[in-house]
Amino acid sequence: MLAVRDVSVRFGARTILDRINFELADGQITALQGPSGCGKSTLLRVIAGLLAPDEGGVELDGHDITALPPHRRHIGLVFQDDQLFPHRDVAANIEFGLRMQRMPSAARAARVAGLLELVGLDGFGRRSVTSLSGGEAKRIALARSLAPAPPLLLLDEPLTGLDVALHDRLADDLHRVLRATGTTALIVTHDPAEARAIADRVITLAELSNGAA
Amino acid sequence: MDADRRALTRRPVGIDLPRAVRVGLLAVPFAFLGVFYAWPLLTLMAEVVDGSTIVATLRRPGLAQVLWFTCWQAVVSTACTIAVGLAPAYLVARWDFPGRRVLIALLTVPFLLPTVVVGAAFIALLPDRLERSAFAVVLAHVFFNVAVVVRVVGGVWSQLPTDLIAAARVLGASPWRATREITLPLLRPALVAAGSIAFLFTFTSFGVVQILGGPARATIEVEVARLATQLGDVGGAAVLSVIQLALLAAIVGLSARTQRRAAVSIGLRVQTTPRPRTARARAAVFAAAVTTAALVAAPMISLALSSVQPGGRWSLVAWRDLGRPTTRPGADLGVDALGALGASARAAVLATVLAVAIGALAALAIASTRAGGRFLDIGSMLPLGTSAVTIGFGMLITFDHAPVDWRGEPWLVPVGHALVAVPFVVRAALPVLRARPLGWREAAAVLGASPIRAWWEIDVRMLRRPMLVGACFAAAVSFGEFGATTFLSRSGEETLPIAIARLLGRAGDIPRAQASALALVLAAATTVVLVGIELLDRSSSPARSSLTPSSPAHSGGDDARRS
Repeated sequence: MLAVRDVSVRFGARTILDRINFELADGQITALQGPSGCGKSTLLRVIAGLLAPDEGGVELDGHDITALPPHRRHIGLVFQDDQLFPHRDVAANIEFGLRMQRMPSAARAARVAGLLELVGLDGFGRRSVTSLSGGEAKRIALARSLAPAPPLLLLDEPLTGLDVALHDRLADDLHRVLRATGTTALIVTHDPAEARAIADRVITLAELSNGAA
Repeated sequence: MDADRRALTRRPVGIDLPRAVRVGLLAVPFAFLGVFYAWPLLTLMAEVVDGSTIVATLRRPGLAQVLWFTCWQAVVSTACTIAVGLAPAYLVARWDFPGRRVLIALLTVPFLLPTVVVGAAFIALLPDRLERSAFAVVLAHVFFNVAVVVRVVGGVWSQLPTDLIAAARVLGASPWRATREITLPLLRPALVAAGSIAFLFTFTSFGVVQILGGPARATIEVEVARLATQLGDVGGAAVLSVIQLALLAAIVGLSARTQRRAAVSIGLRVQTTPRPRTARARAAVFAAAVTTAALVAAPMISLALSSVQPGGRWSLVAWRDLGRPTTRPGADLGVDALGALGASARAAVLATVLAVAIGALAALAIASTRAGGRFLDIGSMLPLGTSAVTIGFGMLITFDHAPVDWRGEPWLVPVGHALVAVPFVVRAALPVLRARPLGWREAAAVLGASPIRAWWEIDVRMLRRPMLVGACFAAAVSFGEFGATTFLSRSGEETLPIAIARLLGRAGDIPRAQASALALVLAAATTVVLVGIELLDRSSSPARSSLTPSSPAHSGGDDARRS
């Protein structure tokens, strides 16, 4: 469904991504694993439309979306630092994308309740996002990204910074939720064990570079 | 991570507001400031270009006296403020006691009161032979500015590491020696800062000097108003205004340099303030707190008493007759007190709406544009650095001929107030907008929000609370504004401060009692608004230390009473 073709990103004289090529299959959970600073997050931003590549392009279901602004791409992104909107409560954060799709409010409420249940935080709707623990905030960020039912979900280091017990539990939950919703997902992580635990397939930037894969 | 982060700083696609929207946002505040601030100021300067006016003004016999009085009263007021303010600053910074927060609030109140209220309060407090004197001026200035010392110096004092003093003590320094050699040098930057603020305020003091100075004593501000409104010497007033602008710029520059030099780096952190342990210490702290509270409250209590004691006898006549300009047949006060309340309320509503609208647009524009935003950032602050008298005078001589003859327009006074208030609104909003990370807009974008929609959902929605705070500030500024209003006020539409000043200028017991009553009304209106700010502020940041002047409510409060 997703195809990345010859994407290069340079910053000044420095090449961050050098002709990256790969494809994702429908319903597949893929982990993009590699050391910090190798350009994984940059690649996610190119796919999401937050950063224009210097060369190459991105295709979704056979359509070239390289020039499409992020709000028209229907690609979900879970940010490394969540980026929950602090001036809105949990439910308002989750339904944000649904409001952008003009979903009626009754339907929104039902979907929000369903998503809260899915991520195991029933009844959290009216809470302030600033009162959430790190793990809770991560789950809400996941629920918010899943709410508009994006065909493709990108996750940027979704489990980094959590303590070990929480990390393992959330890794299981993440796998379960992505399976349950049938979402095609690309997860960026620096942790090989985490990559194997969540994903069906693990790739590294090095093997995607220069048209190698 | 490094490579990633650097790439992230490149502007992402499809996130920025469209250019047309950004330009539109900038246009309205720029137009407002251009027409009502820059144009009058330029008109004022053009008035001065004529060489003969300059010579005539400089040769005027009273000029040296005005400059001398302006300077010496500012120096004496500042020195007294620091000397008097150190004791309460020490008390609230170093000791914890029941009612400490209330005392801090009480010490802050005078600073935020309209100048006219303070003038009226000291007329009520002082015996007749002192009520219009240099002494009264200095005393009122100290009353006003002690809050600056308590906030600025007390704020640093409460965070000075106590172990530094302990280290000096175990090395053999007596308490006095430790204070002199450790505490005071470390407080010096704060003292310089507080002194600079107090000096700036007293140097440009208008309302207090107008009311308490008497006929023989005028600061440059008061002289500008006298020349322009009483003697009709527009050229002379313009020359003095420009002299004032130049002196202000010099003082600000000098104080900025002094403050840079005085800077000492110390590891400030919140210290625990101890409760007094021994009975003697408790008694001393208690006595000091009560004395401070009594001194701060005295002028306001005298004001209340004087409103119900016209001529020394208990009577509610001043309150009862507030709505009646004619107290007895043939004796017309010439001031409609209730009418003034209505005029003030109308002016405050319009000024608040204007200031919030312009301030919000300015803040949004500053937050989402680069070059134009920086320019507007500075531009929107300029009215703060210009005295209200200069603003009012400039508007008066600019908008007096067709097609811009706006002297009779009911909106001119509110526009003047809004001009003085816009900087507060912008300062209330900008920190909130600047603190929002780019990530929120990106998150909104990947969730399907167009750039305009994301801006609306994030930037505009976030302004709700700061705009409430800004509205309170604007209302408080409008209620107390005296300097600009002196020039712009129309007869029949006098605001409360103008009415109070008029009443204070009348002879007789009843006008004076009425002035006190009106001043109380004005003080009450201002207090209600400012309590609103404090409540909004508290609910947004519950952990804030009451002494740290970090929030816009406190740093911005500096000029709320500028008039």
